[in-house]
Amino acid sequence: MKIVIDVLVIGGGNAALCAALMAREAGASVLMLEASPKAWRGGNSQHTRNLRCMHDAPQDVLVEAYPEEEYWQDLLKVTGGETSEHLARLVIRASSNCRDWMRRHGVRFQPPLSGALHVARTNAFFMGGGKALVNAYYRSAEALGVKVRYDTPVAEILLDQDRFVGVVTEAGETIKARAGVLAAGGFESNREWLREAWGRNDRGEWPADNFLIRGTRFNQGVLLKFMMNAGADTIGDPSQGHCVAIDARAPLYDGGICTRIDCVSLGVVVNRDGERFYDEGEDFWPKRYAIWGRLVAQQPDQIGYSIIDRKVVGRFMPPVFPGVTADSLPELALKLGLPADAFMHTLNRYNNACQPGSFNHTILDDCRTEGLAPAKTHWALPIDTPPFYGYALRPGITFTYLSLKVDDTAAVRFADKPSPNLFVAGEMMAGNVLGKGYTAGVGMSIGTAFGRIAGTQAAAAALGTANPRTV
Amino acid sequence: MAAIDNLMNLAAEAESALDANVAEVDRILHICNACRYCETFCAVFPAMTRRLDFNVADAHYLANLCHNCSACLYACQYAAPHEFGVNVPKTLAQVRRDTYVEYAFPRVLGMLYRRNGLTVAMAVSLGVAAFLIGTILLKGSVFVHGLEGEFYAIFPHNLLAVLFGSAFGFSILALSIGVARFWREVSEPGKPVPLPNALGEATRSVLTLKYLDGGHGDGCNNEDDAFTLWRRRFHHFTFYGFMLCFASTSLATLYHYLFAVEAPYPYLSLPVLLGTAGGIGLLIGPVGLFWLNLRRNPLQIDEAQRSMDRGFIALLFFVSLTGLALLVWRESAAMPLLLAVHLGFVMGFFLTLPYGKFAHGIFRCAALLKYAIEKRRPNPVQAGSE
Repeated sequence: MKIVIDVLVIGGGNAALCAALMAREAGASVLMLEASPKAWRGGNSQHTRNLRCMHDAPQDVLVEAYPEEEYWQDLLKVTGGETSEHLARLVIRASSNCRDWMRRHGVRFQPPLSGALHVARTNAFFMGGGKALVNAYYRSAEALGVKVRYDTPVAEILLDQDRFVGVVTEAGETIKARAGVLAAGGFESNREWLREAWGRNDRGEWPADNFLIRGTRFNQGVLLKFMMNAGADTIGDPSQGHCVAIDARAPLYDGGICTRIDCVSLGVVVNRDGERFYDEGEDFWPKRYAIWGRLVAQQPDQIGYSIIDRKVVGRFMPPVFPGVTADSLPELALKLGLPADAFMHTLNRYNNACQPGSFNHTILDDCRTEGLAPAKTHWALPIDTPPFYGYALRPGITFTYLSLKVDDTAAVRFADKPSPNLFVAGEMMAGNVLGKGYTAGVGMSIGTAFGRIAGTQAAAAALGTANPRTV
Repeated sequence: MAAIDNLMNLAAEAESALDANVAEVDRILHICNACRYCETFCAVFPAMTRRLDFNVADAHYLANLCHNCSACLYACQYAAPHEFGVNVPKTLAQVRRDTYVEYAFPRVLGMLYRRNGLTVAMAVSLGVAAFLIGTILLKGSVFVHGLEGEFYAIFPHNLLAVLFGSAFGFSILALSIGVARFWREVSEPGKPVPLPNALGEATRSVLTLKYLDGGHGDGCNNEDDAFTLWRRRFHHFTFYGFMLCFASTSLATLYHYLFAVEAPYPYLSLPVLLGTAGGIGLLIGPVGLFWLNLRRNPLQIDEAQRSMDRGFIALLFFVSLTGLALLVWRESAAMPLLLAVHLGFVMGFFLTLPYGKFAHGIFRCAALLKYAIEKRRPNPVQAGSE
């Protein structure tokens, strides 16, 4: 078979699009294979909303400065050191100068959304969110002559030792190319793999069976598994990922941003047994929501219940579904199916432990509990004013961190040696930078930086030009 | 009796459609309010963040604030095939049609128009034209030589002034009653704000069609997720064309009454120049809007409003076309016929004005002013300050 394609990009989200655009701009012919139908294109990128950006001075929608060192320290803190400083700094620097390129391809930025002012300094928001970004990139890609095929999941990668040869689609078609970019997402939509990764807990439960998937249903991890079996180097713990607490009524897939429950820090959270298990007021919710997924996952039945009263209504982002409402706390327990005695015991102890203070949900206020374990350290108001509201919470997986190991060329590695013509970007390698934890907008920073690197490198490999070491 | 039953049915139908449409607005905006990715596309979403629930008045207000640019549809992660099936532009368009009916005076005429905008507009116009032609025929032939553009030899000025003045006057009154009710119902009490600033902002938004720019200046969507500025441009042609024609007619009225200078006016006189420029705008604009309307993605629109949209576009086009034809051939023997046809369309336009698409301009201006006022007040929902 004659090879007519220079660069084959497998995937259809932000990283894949960045790779395709860069490869095409470098003069390569590019074919993208997107597993989903057109209506669902873009993978998890369609649910994203911003890019964490380094900047030394105010920059259009970004206020003040967010220097490299501070960004790096933030990343170091959330990952607890499970990161690569070299690759992380590469991503950070790339985030400072990629936005003009993004704009050239039609991406538009806006000031932070209401409800997200805390990241006005650090994050540039996509106007209309990630789906608008994905649409803009597809328009630009098609205008530049990138070919896109939807509904084309890939089953296998054809390799000649460490060389990429082509792919076999699920439909059985073989497509060859001179270089390849893998950008097909993590394995978060694959429930069996999640089950296996999270295993069985001491209670005999399989916690992942109760997880919801916040994003696309198409990230089945087929190629991640294929590459692992083919001997590619990997990095990361399969149970690590971006996991937040979301409304238990959210759809199984694609619930996205709107299924968040933002009132956690303004009330208490109890588990199935009516007991509290963590300091709800430890910090502002946007800084804590990413740990609550795991916290809820550790509870029996992997469920939690956020309880508030009328006093705080209108003080948090409105939830997508109405809460369960009751005029008394025992009635609320009944409606939520919680053991009323244990629930009332928890609530009474909490209410009695609340110290006088001046409530202010916009600062780390002085309303806290005394002599309660676990304590609530801010915004601790007695829950005593009907109507009372309850929201059931489930762990929601955004994406998994288990990754193919890379260096700064984004090349897939076999036995610690880089492939000459196979590269990887996006969730499939994000774990190199994000071993655990999360900070808003960094997924898109990694996807954009490594997508662009992978595209450039793949074009160079295909066209036989000198391998550019840095982008 | 059958006619009354029919009207009652129409009323019941409009009522239940309104209920269903308002419920859908409430459902969708709860999802939008929890997402907010579209916040900077237009005024609808910032207005939404000031509310936690959406009643009938809110639905009318937000619906008329929406310019149907549809940026939020293509950007929506919850649009079909997602099970949430969010489609803000279509849902608000459906409510907008309810607004025109609900606030029409008298309401019964609004309901008729709701059904059949294009047919009603054309029937009224052609009916009036036929009537006028009939009256000419009673006096002789419609082809008369040697009149040299003396319009008033066909229809006396005062007759025209009374007929058209009262039709126009009634339409303005009907629209005013409707918009006053709309304003009262959607307005909420609050601290006074500097009205001149709000008025200035609303006026700018109207005159520049700010909310057809997509928030980024690339324009709005028509067929797909690509942006175009042509809708805004063709609307400018239409709007400013209309305003020039309006200025021309007003000026001519002044000439007539203040200076006793009677039509026909010379080709290079101000009323004719304004009218010609406006007339040309009113040909280009409606043709362009019609072309875009034909190509508009059905996802973006309320299909049931199509006849109303096209009826209005057609009326504007024919008012202008017949007006320009009258200007060109005003000294020919065909003048009486052309005059009758032109007047027919003008009358059709005046009579249907409060019940059709023209109302969108009035309600949109009111909504934009309301928005400019409320945004100057503190947001009653304090969700966004963490």
